[in-house]
Amino acid sequence: MVKDNQLLRIEKLTLYFNSSQGPVQAVDGVDFSLDYNRAVVVLGESGCGKTSLAKAILRLLPRNAGTFSGHIYLDGKDIMPLNEEEFRQSIRWAAISMVPQAAMNALNPVIRVGDQVSEPAIVHLGVGKTEAITLVKKMFQHVGVPEDFISRYPFELSGGMRQRVAIAMALVTSPNLIILDEPTSALDVLTQANIFNVLKRLKKELGISFILITHDIATSSELADDVAIMYAGQIVEVCDAYRFFDQPLHPYSKKLMASVPRLHANKEPEFITGRPPSLINLPVGCRFADRCPSRFEKCVEDPPTIDADGRKVRCWLYS
Amino acid sequence: MSRLKNSIRSLLLYPSAVLGSAIILLLLGLAVYALVTIPYSEAVRLWRGGEDVWYKNPKYAAPAWFNLFTSKKQPVSFAVDTATGSMTKKVTPSSQGISTEDISYSFDYQYDGFPQEMILYFTPKIVKKLPFVSVSWVTPDGRKIRIADMALNHDATFRFSQDQKLQTRLRTDNVMQALFANPKIKTPTTLKGKYQLVISGTTFDTGSDIDAQFVFHGQLFGLAGTDLYRRDLLLPLLYGTPIALAFGILGALGTSLLTMVIAAIGTWYGGWVDELIQRITAVNLVLPFLAILIMVGTFYSRSIWLMLGVTIVLSIFSGSILTYRSIFLQSKESSYIEAARAYGASGSRIIFTYLIPRMIPLLIPALVSSVPSFVFLEASLAVLGLGDPVLPTWGKVIDDAFADGALYQGRYYWVLEPAILLMITGLGFALLGFALDRIFNPRLRDV
Amino acid sequence: MVSVSQITDNKTVENTRKIILSIEDLHVWFELKRFGFGHAGYVKAVDGVSFDIHESETIAVVGESGCGKSSLLKTILALYKPTKGKIIFDNQDVSELDSKGLHWYHSNVGYVQQDPYGALAPFMTIQRILEEPLIVGGIKSKAIRMERINKAMDEVKLTPVKDFLGKYPHMLSGGQQQRVVIARAMIMEPKFLVADEPVSMLDASVRVEILKLLSNLQKLHNLSVIYITHDLSTVSYFSERIFVMYAGNLIEKAKVRQVLDNPLHPYTIALLTGTSEPDAKNAETFKELPPGEPPSLVNPPAGCRFHPRCSKMIAGKCDVEEPPEFEPDSGHLVKCWLFE
Repeated sequence: MVKDNQLLRIEKLTLYFNSSQGPVQAVDGVDFSLDYNRAVVVLGESGCGKTSLAKAILRLLPRNAGTFSGHIYLDGKDIMPLNEEEFRQSIRWAAISMVPQAAMNALNPVIRVGDQVSEPAIVHLGVGKTEAITLVKKMFQHVGVPEDFISRYPFELSGGMRQRVAIAMALVTSPNLIILDEPTSALDVLTQANIFNVLKRLKKELGISFILITHDIATSSELADDVAIMYAGQIVEVCDAYRFFDQPLHPYSKKLMASVPRLHANKEPEFITGRPPSLINLPVGCRFADRCPSRFEKCVEDPPTIDADGRKVRCWLYS
Repeated sequence: MSRLKNSIRSLLLYPSAVLGSAIILLLLGLAVYALVTIPYSEAVRLWRGGEDVWYKNPKYAAPAWFNLFTSKKQPVSFAVDTATGSMTKKVTPSSQGISTEDISYSFDYQYDGFPQEMILYFTPKIVKKLPFVSVSWVTPDGRKIRIADMALNHDATFRFSQDQKLQTRLRTDNVMQALFANPKIKTPTTLKGKYQLVISGTTFDTGSDIDAQFVFHGQLFGLAGTDLYRRDLLLPLLYGTPIALAFGILGALGTSLLTMVIAAIGTWYGGWVDELIQRITAVNLVLPFLAILIMVGTFYSRSIWLMLGVTIVLSIFSGSILTYRSIFLQSKESSYIEAARAYGASGSRIIFTYLIPRMIPLLIPALVSSVPSFVFLEASLAVLGLGDPVLPTWGKVIDDAFADGALYQGRYYWVLEPAILLMITGLGFALLGFALDRIFNPRLRDV
Repeated sequence: MVSVSQITDNKTVENTRKIILSIEDLHVWFELKRFGFGHAGYVKAVDGVSFDIHESETIAVVGESGCGKSSLLKTILALYKPTKGKIIFDNQDVSELDSKGLHWYHSNVGYVQQDPYGALAPFMTIQRILEEPLIVGGIKSKAIRMERINKAMDEVKLTPVKDFLGKYPHMLSGGQQQRVVIARAMIMEPKFLVADEPVSMLDASVRVEILKLLSNLQKLHNLSVIYITHDLSTVSYFSERIFVMYAGNLIEKAKVRQVLDNPLHPYTIALLTGTSEPDAKNAETFKELPPGEPPSLVNPPAGCRFHPRCSKMIAGKCDVEEPPEFEPDSGHLVKCWLFE
């Protein structure tokens, strides 16, 4: 059933949070897959559930987590039934690691950078201090941080350098998959471009797969092999990057692409009227219907994921 | 306004807040009651005391409800008199202007302990000849003991235990024991039953009259007991409530608000203003607070309002200025303050319209939580002898008790009653302050 | 919005318009104190900046963090005092104004900040937030204030107005909050606006909306706008001229089209290279970028400040002498020895 080169396959992953106003349906039956040495970008606006998706994959659930179900096949094996201890030892940071949002600000200010990066190695790989530092030096080389920065504190580093350190921390245990949540949103243009150069190099030289979570469509194209669009807790389109950036299918994807400002362009970018639905009070039927220009009668029913020439779209227009 | 309602609603979710508020409301109720029922001048007068004010009370009496907890019941004090009719008086005139006045009072004595003293106060109305009274005592087992015979030529006081003739007649120094003991039992045990005081008076002129007051000093008295000056402790306990609350709340309020304003001014204007405030604070931290209060109290006046004023002045430049300063320094960098400067708002406007309102949610828990320390300060000052000379306060009660060696004498009620009130007050404000802190500082909520 | 093609045609438009603000050789240096005594040097945040803004013109100031654009902006807003140089507005030097004069100046400049939530006092209602600048600006009549508030809210399309006036900032979305910030900036009917990265903290789809709103307001009120950003891709929609800032200097000044089609300074070229467009081919190519990072403003490199990172550096020239401004093309100024 499972293709040989599929690193990750997610089936019907669901994560709801409990809130005083009812369940927040942050991740609602998400399906997608990722091959080895490929990068998929999960594109969506704030509040669509993409960060919750990352947390669901790594099982970093907050205290108010409610329903959590589905299947996550890593290397063909379902990791959902694992208990917390097994998950922590064998999956989290060992097989999949993460660079969370604003990771560069989450570095411990009172611990030297080298020590922070060696910590996952010591915990997960069981290596000693000296061996860990050797690993750290190698990682720093991969991400382009000068070796003497090992003994520095986070405040001595610029934003771009700190982000590279955060990536090194995710890298040190040699995982197959790294999830990046908005890795460059707070960084300047040149720093951003440098970080993407680093990620591209890691992908090419170390064969790592990436899940890149972002709302920035322009920079996502720097790394994406595949694109998944997320809206209101659901994946509404999955497609390879070439076909997507050329011709998106889902009306939301089309509007997103039209809203990107371009350096050299003839027409103004358009904006999308209205707001995304609240994840607590989701509308019946297609969740994008009330903002969709191509809405028709069938849209009162929630569309299934339709296969359109190897691309997946959740839209009645393509049935 | 709705924000206030929302805050109150979320406050009530915390049991500590509910309990704390309940305690505070109870204390406030007591305070209001005290102020309403006893006007200020009356309270001062009563507290100054004197024999004519408190004579009906025994000294060192424990509260009457002690009997609920002891197996050996002690007698409770009471007083009756003919003028109010609580003691019956029958006047029987006979011939030539002579009248007999029969005054009697009977009561049921079921206690195991002996009373402290019994006193008779006679107020005769003399025309020409002196009225004559004959006092006797009837025990439950039918013995009639002659107490005294005397002519009344002015207001007379007859103290049972101190009358030599009675002592001789009863062949003992301990009159109370003699009058109340069971004669058949060797060890002094009270004889329980109905006792009767009989006073047969004779007046020889029309217009002559005898009024008598019978004061029974038991071992217990009233709700709170008495002290060495026979003062009903309920007075200082009750009246001390508004004083403690006023001192506490005014002290906390005054200090907190002024500290905050000064910190804001210093932080905003920076430069030498800030430096000056910090230097004053540093010096003030080293000043011996209590010693200064003692000096003021000794050389100037011990009035409680002066003490409060000096306390506030000395407390403004405290360590908490530095806390507020650090919060203000942080707020000062906020974008909306920058925007305000950009549209030309003046320094004072920024301080009072933007910085301080931001601080108030943080100020309120600190304020509430600091009230107990001021309440305790007032009590401490009193115990040190710096209490207000005229006001009945909780601290003064403790002071009197210590000065009289109450704990060595086993008179624990005297110390415990004000102490417990102080603790309850502290508890109430601390509970409320703690809950407020959790509401206004949401970061602590999930901890 | 003036369309892209119109700008290049109407060269005369710029020359006949009045100059609103003139910045002459502006320097803003901050003293670094060593433990409260003596000084350890200066942070030269703005080091010799000159330009003019015309009526109804939008200028984009583009640069990365640490280039001094925030300090430039705050000095223009009269929040900092310049160390040297002049800011001429309405024939007066802003740096010499007394407090009354500054008060007048403040009501002529609007400030749109980057963080929409931080820019609004969280304990004030929207109405109160909008009333503040009016009160400070001396509008005593409540009726007039309410009229202005209603007009401003209407212009930023936060309608129905009365639904919003009683709300607190946290009840609004990011885009709505930024509209309030814009309304507040406009409420005293200023001559020009300073917008500091007004959309960088908003969602991608909302950014376009807000930029469109700003450009409509600009047309409506003949406003001049200084638009500070690090995102070059928005510049072509919302600016006439671009100034590129690096380490306290404006290293390139030109019309938008000139810069985008023919960037001259190596740093500008790097910025354009670094800006991504949605194109799947990007994933297969590595971008060529200058090494290193922007220099410290305390000890900038000698000569041209970009020379340590510049692949086209001329040894003996660029590392010794600071280049003056050259004009290789009409209206296109650049500070680089390559164009001598």
